[in-house]
Amino acid sequence: MNQLKKYLGLIWIALGPLIIIFLLQQAIDKIGAAPVGMDRTNTSLQWGIIILIFIPICAGLVIFGKYAWNQEYDKLPDDM
Amino acid sequence: MRSNSSGSSQGITQVIAASSLGTLIEWYDFYIFGSLAVIIGQQLFPSDAGASALINTLAIFAAGFIVRPFGALVFGRLGDLIGRKYTFLLTLVLMGGSTFLIGLIPSYSSIGYAAPILVLLLRLVQGLALGGEYGGAATYVAEHAPAGRRGFFTSWIQTTATLGLFLSLGVILVTKELIGNEAFSEWGWRVPFLLSILLVGVSIYIRMKMHESPVFTKLKSEGKISANPLKESFQKKANFKMVLLALFGATMGQGVIWYTGQFYAQSFLENTCKLDFNESRYILLWAILFATPFFVVFGAWSDKVGRKWIMLTGMLLGVLCYRPIYQYFLDSTNVIELQNTEAHHTSKIETDRGYVSGTSDSLVTVRKFKTLEGGISFTEEMITVTPEDVLAPMPEVKTVISEVRLPQNMYIIFIALVFFQVLLVTMVYGPIAAFLVELFPTQIRYTSMSLPYHIGNGVFGGLVPFIATLIASFNGSTPLSGLWYPIGVAALSFLIGAVYISNKVDKTVMD
Repeated sequence: MNQLKKYLGLIWIALGPLIIIFLLQQAIDKIGAAPVGMDRTNTSLQWGIIILIFIPICAGLVIFGKYAWNQEYDKLPDDM
Repeated sequence: MRSNSSGSSQGITQVIAASSLGTLIEWYDFYIFGSLAVIIGQQLFPSDAGASALINTLAIFAAGFIVRPFGALVFGRLGDLIGRKYTFLLTLVLMGGSTFLIGLIPSYSSIGYAAPILVLLLRLVQGLALGGEYGGAATYVAEHAPAGRRGFFTSWIQTTATLGLFLSLGVILVTKELIGNEAFSEWGWRVPFLLSILLVGVSIYIRMKMHESPVFTKLKSEGKISANPLKESFQKKANFKMVLLALFGATMGQGVIWYTGQFYAQSFLENTCKLDFNESRYILLWAILFATPFFVVFGAWSDKVGRKWIMLTGMLLGVLCYRPIYQYFLDSTNVIELQNTEAHHTSKIETDRGYVSGTSDSLVTVRKFKTLEGGISFTEEMITVTPEDVLAPMPEVKTVISEVRLPQNMYIIFIALVFFQVLLVTMVYGPIAAFLVELFPTQIRYTSMSLPYHIGNGVFGGLVPFIATLIASFNGSTPLSGLWYPIGVAALSFLIGAVYISNKVDKTVMD
């Protein structure tokens, strides 16, 4: 189980930046597709907020993956 | 070391009642804004699009998501420094006060842009207060609860989020029934906001009489209170890794299950299945009413079998069952297809003739009230726009379905399916307060448990309606495509939780 925890860490490390890239692509597409004017401003604002919120969360996922890779979760305080 | 209520002369029932009542009122306050967003928009925002659209977006969209985690940080820190009781007393006053004031704000026609700006500010205060409230109430109850029954006692706090939604829907429906739709839109919408001050007053009175948590009092008397809870929570690897685990392995999945079962379901029934406004709300009300006791059932059960697998089973069932459930909703109410295969009769036909606003193009609306053989009734509007220019292309006829009403047997099946979704909510949500409390040490508990909870619920959960709608608008998507967001997040959380989280119930919260 500890090996599984460790190697899954690599997936979490990769997933963080992938999610941000996906969100940025979507944001560019959707803002571009919105009609010029208030609709575009609102769409930009909404996507800006989403990306702003998800950047630290994805950074957290990368750190979580790094801890998993370093086997920090092999023994939890509850198990001790 | 044992943790129990020996340090307090107050009974655990009183502790739960005082904490739950306040938390229930905070949820009620938070939900009435969302439930009345359309009317608030009409009354407090100008009708034309302009700067107001930006403020509206920020007030309704952003405040609910961004501010809750900040509230968790601000009030969590305060709760770990000055104590649980006074902090969640403060959040209650802030929430109640801002809700009451929203009910008093003059309309846009009286004070112009000051109205939407004031709403935005008060909405931000609401979000901050909610971010601080839950962690305090859950910690307070858990630190009073005897070892081995923490899941059972904290589950009462968990019922409040759902009951707050129930109360807000109930108050709105009753007020509307009593004064009528027109008066409600004009001034009656203020009643649920103003009513909040009475509820908050009662709750403050009760909470003032409560003592500080015995665990926190002991820590304080020993001089072991954290000097900087934020730094200890997020800069110490031993704590921060548990904050991340709580977020990705539990609260993230719990948040999407919660919002799908209690918000997306109703929104899907109303907007995609075109169910009648009241019918979709009553379905949710019945489902909540029947499912709410299960918060306590699963909370108590988690004391015996552990928290982990109950929460993860709820997530897994959501991953497996959401698509079949929503497919059933869609198929059963697809009246355009059903009338091709089922006999139906039209009870009434109305025709409206007019012009498209600002043009000379004629607009004809034929409204038919139909009932299918199976018992579903609905309104079918056929809208034809004929251009003034005779050389223009032939007009297109647009068909709009609304006010779908279900026959009794199908109505009961819909309630059962929404009930099942709320049941999953009780599985993931019932044990989670005890789980979070046990994950962190007393000195930084309020801070550490509040942040993952509010990111999981406020961000991952709160974004369910928006992201699901967004996905459903992609090219090639279907009305069910939006479900991939909660399914994906719940599946990821299930995997992380299953691999990394321990199922052991912590016997002590004194550490």
